[in-house]
Amino acid sequence: MMNALYVDPQKCMGCKSCEIGCAVQHSKSKTLFGAVFEEALPMKRIFVEAGPGVKMPVFCHHCEDAPCLNSCITGCLYRDEHGFIRRHKERCIACWTCVMTCPFGVVTRDENKHLAVKCDRCHKREVPACVSACPTRALQLVDLDELARRKRGRYVQAETGG
Amino acid sequence: MEKTTDRATQSMIDEAEKRGIPLVWDRFAAQLPQCGFGELGLCCRHCMQGPCRIDPFGDGPQRGVCGADRDTFVARGLGRAVAAGTASHGGHARHMAHILLKSAKGQAPDYPIRDEAKLRQVATRIGVAVEGRGTAEIALEVAQLAMAEFSEKDTPLLWAATAVTKGRVETFIKYGVVPTGIDSPVAEMMHRTTYGVDADPVNLLLGTVKCALADFGACHLATDLADILFGTPQPVVTKANLGVLKKDAVNIALHGHNPLLSDVVVQVSEDLELVAAAKKAGAPAGLNVVGICCTGNEIMVRHGIPLATSSVSQETAIVTGVLDALVVDYQCIMPALASVAECYHTKLITTMPIAKIPGATHMEFTPDKARETAREIIRTAIEAFSRRDPDKIRIPQETNAAIVGFSAEAVVAALALVNPEDPLKPLIDNIVNGNIYGICLFAGCNTVKIAQDANYIEMVKRLAAKNVLILATGCASGAFARQGFMTQEATRSYAGDGLKAVLTAIGEAAGLAGPLPLVLHMGSCVDNTRAADVAVAVANKLGVDLDRLPVVASAPEPVTEKAVAIGTWAVAAGLPTHLGLAPPVLGSKTVTTVLTSTVKDLFGGYFMVEPDPGKAADLLLATLSSRRTGLGLSA
Repeated sequence: MMNALYVDPQKCMGCKSCEIGCAVQHSKSKTLFGAVFEEALPMKRIFVEAGPGVKMPVFCHHCEDAPCLNSCITGCLYRDEHGFIRRHKERCIACWTCVMTCPFGVVTRDENKHLAVKCDRCHKREVPACVSACPTRALQLVDLDELARRKRGRYVQAETGG
Repeated sequence: MEKTTDRATQSMIDEAEKRGIPLVWDRFAAQLPQCGFGELGLCCRHCMQGPCRIDPFGDGPQRGVCGADRDTFVARGLGRAVAAGTASHGGHARHMAHILLKSAKGQAPDYPIRDEAKLRQVATRIGVAVEGRGTAEIALEVAQLAMAEFSEKDTPLLWAATAVTKGRVETFIKYGVVPTGIDSPVAEMMHRTTYGVDADPVNLLLGTVKCALADFGACHLATDLADILFGTPQPVVTKANLGVLKKDAVNIALHGHNPLLSDVVVQVSEDLELVAAAKKAGAPAGLNVVGICCTGNEIMVRHGIPLATSSVSQETAIVTGVLDALVVDYQCIMPALASVAECYHTKLITTMPIAKIPGATHMEFTPDKARETAREIIRTAIEAFSRRDPDKIRIPQETNAAIVGFSAEAVVAALALVNPEDPLKPLIDNIVNGNIYGICLFAGCNTVKIAQDANYIEMVKRLAAKNVLILATGCASGAFARQGFMTQEATRSYAGDGLKAVLTAIGEAAGLAGPLPLVLHMGSCVDNTRAADVAVAVANKLGVDLDRLPVVASAPEPVTEKAVAIGTWAVAAGLPTHLGLAPPVLGSKTVTTVLTSTVKDLFGGYFMVEPDPGKAADLLLATLSSRRTGLGLSA
């Protein structure tokens, strides 16, 4: 089984609930009403962007051959036991190489703490906060192998006119 | 995305970008993508068990916590939008009524009755005796009746019931949508849309129509009283676009909607002492008063004051670097003006107790000190002039001439020059013979979501070429004025042969040595009832109701809740009404179907949403064609 974040752009309403859920999860209080009053406001790790006729969140894929991880010269970024790329915060020197190498643009900067900021796939939660927050289930946690199997099924159906 | 088709606006956008000053287009880009629930009208914040959202795709919740479904959500949202629009026009109208009352009692020396003929015309229409009575006496009774319109009466709203056809009144009674006040339908709409009241989408929509008809009455009242106090607009030649600002003058822009203070500022700006003070401060051209948005339209159609720019581009007036004071009243005033003004010497002056902006200077308008406040404002502008930074001066050269001021009275007066005994006859004859294929009223705003003016320009060219007579109000007027469509040249270039012949005949009779302008500027957005008055007169003359006339309306670039209210009463009045953007109703198939189709069976009018201006023009032409066929005229 290989869990992955999956987005169906046709279902994304651009409401940014995933951004809010993410920021709250990365706040001190872990509550919306607490988070908005925190002195250092929490930062989101997922970004709803718009293209022509489409809205969708852009997020970290925890790539298997991860440019951010490969380019991190201090060993701040590491892959944990679940395969998620996380930070040893104290090792970040704010060189921003990871920001430059991420092909999705989802590693950002905390300018106050001089820290690279990225998705940790809510490693303490069963379901990531962004997925829980999505009201249309545009954002889902899927088993990649299962997803591929379903797609094969749909392909066969379409091809055979079923 | 292209931001504007107006070259003056574009040059100011470039200038602001160079200086790192964010404008409305930048703030819009920062908002993207916008929330789809909001776009569809599928969120509700009416109670504290919410906020609730309905999943348009069916996987998520289909009802709010209280059980309201998507149809209820959307109908309630639309009802509240119309209530807000009606409250805005109601506030504007109430302001006029208070001043007329004071004026009639001799308590407002700065506000004499300037148009006695209009006073008597309005009095007669609403049933006030005029024979052998003095102006003050009539004004007092009209003002008292006007004030009474705001509460809940036992009788229909006078300013609505007396201003439409008999057939419309019967239709409104039949469907239970006759308003008996201006404020009461607003309050009723807030009540029926609160937690646990009206859940029936059709009932809610009928309530929305009633509220919109209160808006019609409020608009009509505001226009009538403004004419009585400041004069009914007559054709006047002026100019539009940012090039009307002058490097060598103290420039004062008046922005917002209400003529109460702005008209007085215009009057006072002719004070020789103040002009001398401006010259002494180093401005050889003295004082230059210009307008923005609908306050701009008010003083444009009454006094020929040039229009600097329109609603969406309001910030650009400051970016010219020569705007010394920006005086605002209420509605459509972006709070962002304060932060743009911070980058320049421009003094932003708020004047209304209900409309203050952090960062602005507040100089409160009161009727008993109107002239005094106007003088103080002008002195403040002169003072600011001395702080201009010559390095920041960038005045775009674009201006267009504009013949404006076509009130219903002015239109009839122009027609009377062709046929003094029966002024409406030439108009009707030409509609019948097809020289005028139909009439289209362009109303509404400019929106950041559409390249400024693009829809207006494309649609007016197509419609005029097919001999459609074009009327305009509000920022639609602003668009046509800035873009040169209120000129005789525009008529020569774009009007079809039939329309050209009619506009030329009237123009020649009026001594213009040429045609009337292609687009007739009827006034500000509160003045849409002027167009309704013309349509009602034609309907009464022909003996058919409004829902059969070849008359359509279009708001191709709409923004405000006021526009939603106006659009809704236009539909109730029987007019097919085009919108260039979908209001937040598409989350409900039921509501969308009622608005675009079912409502036609009730009132004759209906909404059409078509973002593509070319297709929208074709749609309106097809609509006019079927209306003509219905009347037995050549299609």
